[in-house]
Amino acid sequence: MRNMKPFVGPKRVKPLVFMACLLPLLFGIWAGFTDQLGANPIEEITHRTGDWTLRLLLITLSATPLRLLLGWRWPLRVRRMLGLYTFFYACLHLLTYFVLDQFFDGDEIVNDIIKRPYITIGFSAFVLMVPLAVTSTNAMMRRLGKRWGQLHQLVYVIAVFGILHYLWLVKADYLLPLIHAAILLALLLVRVWYQRQGLPAHRPASQTS
Amino acid sequence: MLIKRPDDIQASEITDEKIYHQRRAFLQAGSRTALAVAAGAAFPGLMFPGEATAQITALQFKKNPRFSTDEEANSLKDITRYNNFYEFGTDKKDPAKYAHTLKTDPWNVRVEGEVKKPADYQLEDLIKESQLEERIYRLRCVEAWSMVIPWVGIPLSTLIKRFKPTSKAKYVEFTTLYDPKQMPGQKRGVLDWPYVEGLRMDEAMHPLTLLAVGLYGKVLPNQNGAPIRLVVPWKYGFKNIKSIVKIRFTETMPKTTWHLSGPQEYGFYANVNPHVDHPRWSQSRERRIGEFFKRKTQMFNGYEEQVASLYSGMDLKRNY
Repeated sequence: MRNMKPFVGPKRVKPLVFMACLLPLLFGIWAGFTDQLGANPIEEITHRTGDWTLRLLLITLSATPLRLLLGWRWPLRVRRMLGLYTFFYACLHLLTYFVLDQFFDGDEIVNDIIKRPYITIGFSAFVLMVPLAVTSTNAMMRRLGKRWGQLHQLVYVIAVFGILHYLWLVKADYLLPLIHAAILLALLLVRVWYQRQGLPAHRPASQTS
Repeated sequence: MLIKRPDDIQASEITDEKIYHQRRAFLQAGSRTALAVAAGAAFPGLMFPGEATAQITALQFKKNPRFSTDEEANSLKDITRYNNFYEFGTDKKDPAKYAHTLKTDPWNVRVEGEVKKPADYQLEDLIKESQLEERIYRLRCVEAWSMVIPWVGIPLSTLIKRFKPTSKAKYVEFTTLYDPKQMPGQKRGVLDWPYVEGLRMDEAMHPLTLLAVGLYGKVLPNQNGAPIRLVVPWKYGFKNIKSIVKIRFTETMPKTTWHLSGPQEYGFYANVNPHVDHPRWSQSRERRIGEFFKRKTQMFNGYEEQVASLYSGMDLKRNY
């Protein structure tokens, strides 16, 4: 298993992943133009962009476990792109809320962020993503050196906040948020397990690309 | 089923000729109906199930403009494909996908508790003595979306008077069918099944309170709570219990399903109130399905003039 060859050549991984990550957006636009977003399209767009933010976040966080468990290296080479796509869908999610749902109603938005715990934590997760997106360039990695890795540990906080955001907004059916929580827990446990074995769980992306 | 003597039949019950021919056509139509005719032939004079079914399908009704809003109604498509009915799944698209497994014919409603004549009623016996009315009501969901829906039904008060509750009856409790085979959503313990809702007696007797059997002039689609559901337009949507099999009159306040699920979030009264927020979201505005901009939520969903007196002197922040 550990020596399994990647199913696509190294050169094609990046463009393929790039295209794949665009698919949810393209499907969404298609659904919009063909009237398939249902009776409440704004809610549907909010849910779709939120779902894909969380899914891509979990996929991003699976790069390291895949290397540790299966020896795959190609996920690490697309990890930055996956992280940026996560941020991209989070931006769409937030824009949907600001523009389509609230239509720039400042008072209402501020009230929501202060008073509604699920919005408070979701918005915090977004704010924490901004420095990670800004420092995602090679130049920034070089400039920050060791501190880059420390800063990017924030992704674990963001992931926990994202799942709490999901968990706190549902009315009674916790199944899907709990499945997401279980996946996150599993991904974190793999890291902890390997760290205890004395293997480096984190390594800067620059060494692997 | 009650067999009527001719002198019992009121003028309002005599079938209009046009409807009579529609019924004949309907009877000749489906195999289910053919079966009903066969059953009717096997027990001549005892029952006429085809007749009863046809009457409900044809849905003769009178428009009731006095109790109707003149706002534009939502489309049948939106009303039937976007709603909550957790018995068929927790996604609002689920009821339309999965409610076909519900069998609504025959359907019995048990009336019990503090009532002079507890009994099992066949649905058609409950309905046939009353004039069906169309009422176009606003519906405001606790999730901050709303619709305008043309229901067909009878005022609950008409039936309650017929059931003759005793002086001890202070509340009415309604129960939805429990049958995970027909309602696959009940296989998961998302809520404490069966679904239970309740009203205070004066709320139940209020002229706006409707038992709906139809939508847009036709029999209620399964996903909208067929064959019989409650509609209380000044309360949040979850009070409008669907597919009712039991009506129980009680002295004490019924323990209602959403209240049990989240006592801090869903109260017994659940009156639409823009000034009392749900702990997790604002109730001050709502999105009318089909509109882009949110609109302000009205006190008692716009039925304040008719119902505010029911709650005079009550602290609505505490009795949410």
